[in-house]
Amino acid sequence: MLELKGICFSAEDESREVEILNDINLTIDDRFVAVTGPNGSGKSTLAKIIAGILTPTQGQILLDGVDITNLSITERANMGISFAFQQPVRFKGITVKELLSIAAGKDATITEICEMLSEVGLCARDYVDREVNASLSGGELKRIEIAMIMARKTKVSIFDEPEAGIDLWSFQNLIRVFEKMHEETKGSILIISHQERILNIADRIILLSDGQIKKVGTKEEVMPELLGCGQPCRTLADKL
Amino acid sequence: MDAIQQNLLEQVAGLHEIPAGAYNIRANGQMAGRNTTANIDIITKEDKSGIDIRIKPDTKSESVHIPVVLSQSGLKESVYNDFFVGENADVTIIAGCGIHNGGQAASEHSGIHRFFVDKNAKVRYVEKHYGSGDGNGERIMNPTTEIHLAEGAFLEMETVQIKGIDSTRRVTNAEVAEGASLVIHEKIMTHGRQYAETDFTVEMNGDDSSVNLVSRSVAKDNSEQLFKSRIIGNGKCHGHSECDAIIMDKASVSAIPELTANNIEANLIHEAAIGKIAGEQLMKLMTLGLTEKEAEEQIVNGFLK
Repeated sequence: MLELKGICFSAEDESREVEILNDINLTIDDRFVAVTGPNGSGKSTLAKIIAGILTPTQGQILLDGVDITNLSITERANMGISFAFQQPVRFKGITVKELLSIAAGKDATITEICEMLSEVGLCARDYVDREVNASLSGGELKRIEIAMIMARKTKVSIFDEPEAGIDLWSFQNLIRVFEKMHEETKGSILIISHQERILNIADRIILLSDGQIKKVGTKEEVMPELLGCGQPCRTLADKL
Repeated sequence: MDAIQQNLLEQVAGLHEIPAGAYNIRANGQMAGRNTTANIDIITKEDKSGIDIRIKPDTKSESVHIPVVLSQSGLKESVYNDFFVGENADVTIIAGCGIHNGGQAASEHSGIHRFFVDKNAKVRYVEKHYGSGDGNGERIMNPTTEIHLAEGAFLEMETVQIKGIDSTRRVTNAEVAEGASLVIHEKIMTHGRQYAETDFTVEMNGDDSSVNLVSRSVAKDNSEQLFKSRIIGNGKCHGHSECDAIIMDKASVSAIPELTANNIEANLIHEAAIGKIAGEQLMKLMTLGLTEKEAEEQIVNGFLK
């Protein structure tokens, strides 16, 4: 169970303090939780604060009752938090097999690597020894990023816009991936997304706006609020 | 050969035992073993220190090992090795130098390797440089490589210096004839107060000739590196050089590329990038459970692989 208590975060912008998150209180112990909201509402910041990449200016983070607010990224990773970046990182010289082995915490066999890659729709033979460098497309990197999180099998897995750059065919696969992950880990999967189809599978949706939680609830409860955010053009909004 | 020399041999040539095929092993300035084959002859030079390696035309899938090891502190030597590769031959040449200096005096090895590669011959040339020993004596290596590629010839050179060389000046000069190509992969890591200088000059003299020069380096601690490359295109040719360096701690890296096109059909490109390890790379590996130091090692090892 992951608990956020009174989390605030502000960053400096031209010597002016900008508040990005304000008093976030959340308890996450569901299967699938989706975090949604307009651009700039603080979704990615929230994910980075949970993973330990950013330190909150105020507040506390608890994992299964243990205060992890002051723990490093590495310590949190080893306690069971995984984080799939919105923009996967490239590494010159490090192969797909090596990266997946690091994620799995062991020297994974070719068979194991094959399984991991086929889960995300990549043919292992073509990828095992490829370097995770600029020769891979954005979509390929994104799938490898997801495979790394699957390999970790942690109790909390955070995905920052996992569907971005993934084609329509693999969208169904992505959802299957989340289901399989939950079966294996029995943990919580937190997905930052704008995609209605991802919101459809969420047990609970958290709507962020201007750094605050505007609404928490089921899709039916949250959708009207979501469409109310930022007053969209009437003509287009009517079509939704 | 003693244990120190055996270890050096393993580091520079990957040799655990006597290699198959032709070889010439030089230890502390003396010949420590030689083997020739029906197609590959090795002859000691008479006018200066060194050997001639003569490879007959059409020799296929054979290899030559010519490692050098130095374990005597204070030894300074210059060795001249000439390779003559016959037409249509296809061979692998493995050179390399290891210095173990446990004393106070500087040990120095300067290897001057010249390659005369005949028409349509293919050569893969691998050289590794390695130093060990806990003495204060400097370990110095100044390899010079001169490459002459005839029409349609191909040479791929892999040069690696990962550890223990205090000072190095590596000079490579090449001329590439019509339809010939040269590929060079260089990997260097410096640490402590080491200094490494690389100086490439490649002249492409014929049409459809090409060169691809890729250097990857990591500079740690207070070490310094200087990378110079000069590519000259005198015909319808394709030249590419790339210098990619990771800089850490208080190290310093300079890259000085130079391109000269003397023909309107010459196509020359240079890329250079020097920078520290990207913060997001460290972060990604840390979210997979590695410490910052382990993440750094993974990134450096991968980069130099």
